[in-house]
Amino acid sequence: MQTAKLKRTSLYVSGASPVNMIQAAFYNEDCLVYDLEDSVPNSEKDAARLIVYNTVRYHRPAGKYVIIRVNGIYSEYIDEDLEAAVRANPDAIRIPKVEYKEEVTRICQRITDIETAAGMEVGKIEVWCNIESYLGLINAYDIATADPRVVALALGAEDFTASMKSHRTKEGLEIFYARNALLTACRHAGVEAIDAVFSDINDVEGLKEDTALTRNLGFDGKTCVHPRQIDIVNSFFTPSQKEIKYALRVLQAVEEGKKQKKGAVTLDGSMIDKPMELRAGTTLAQAEAAGINVEEELL
Amino acid sequence: MEIKQTAMVGTLESSDIQISISPNPGKGLDIQLQSVVKAQFGDSIVATIKEVLESFGIKDAIVEAVDRGALEWIIRARTQAVCCYATGTKFDWKGEDK
Repeated sequence: MQTAKLKRTSLYVSGASPVNMIQAAFYNEDCLVYDLEDSVPNSEKDAARLIVYNTVRYHRPAGKYVIIRVNGIYSEYIDEDLEAAVRANPDAIRIPKVEYKEEVTRICQRITDIETAAGMEVGKIEVWCNIESYLGLINAYDIATADPRVVALALGAEDFTASMKSHRTKEGLEIFYARNALLTACRHAGVEAIDAVFSDINDVEGLKEDTALTRNLGFDGKTCVHPRQIDIVNSFFTPSQKEIKYALRVLQAVEEGKKQKKGAVTLDGSMIDKPMELRAGTTLAQAEAAGINVEEELL
Repeated sequence: MEIKQTAMVGTLESSDIQISISPNPGKGLDIQLQSVVKAQFGDSIVATIKEVLESFGIKDAIVEAVDRGALEWIIRARTQAVCCYATGTKFDWKGEDK
């Protein structure tokens, strides 16, 4: 079960491929990203823009958080991409390779201008910023707080490592700092943090290890490049029955402690501190967002 | 609007439609369709193509369409794109606000 609030998985689908776009609506991704950028050859940009526009505006898939990734801020395509993307009225527009807050401010103002001209509700369309360079990472907090439309930052590891002159590995040590820095900026800004793709679509064990790290670090979701990655990634971002039960017991113990006016509360012989209470709340929120009836877990 | 050059968009992949358009001065619209679902949806596909051509003000053109089971909005988008290419114009996004 999915809700519009979940952002565990974001699946890219090329605007140049009608068959992939139609099929993508039937997978279990929470966010469907119609791509006008890297997956679309320059010769197909205009045609892809019209396909994505007609799909999102008139036949958007139900139950998905729909995103359109536009071309780069300094590309020749960005103006027309925004004209189309805004009028398509997606949940969000994803901007690639953001490096400065001024870029976000400018794009958001353009979105507002188009919304106004088109007679649309102003401010409804959200913005995701892809952080794909060391400059973007350094300015991540400023980018995340540049405009109220910004609700998520997403790490783009391939371009980031290229900007760092580092080598991309499956283990991902070269992006470990970037992951933590992005997360820190997102948490401080109050926006969601989306981790980079795991590129090898045939390496299931590698994807599991990478996603476990993604989840343990604290990311809210991960970008996927192939449908076969979706269910695996979703499973890591959906709390297990054991985790839900433990979270419920933690919060019950805290409540009981408050009633009894206890300064310190223990569970199974261990002290419950504030971070444990916060984590328990997050676990239950994730479970509820995933459609799990947490009250039933008590039975 | 006048067809300035022959243009083609789309692919022969499943769920897509390949459309080419070329000048046909003074001879009206000549729409030729190949489709595995022509018996069931041929009229509807041609009507969609014709509607888009009319929205561009194209009155004279030869249109050849090879359909691979494209849905209505894909046909519409492909026709819009080929009209832009053939007439050398940008799509009128403001026209979508009506």
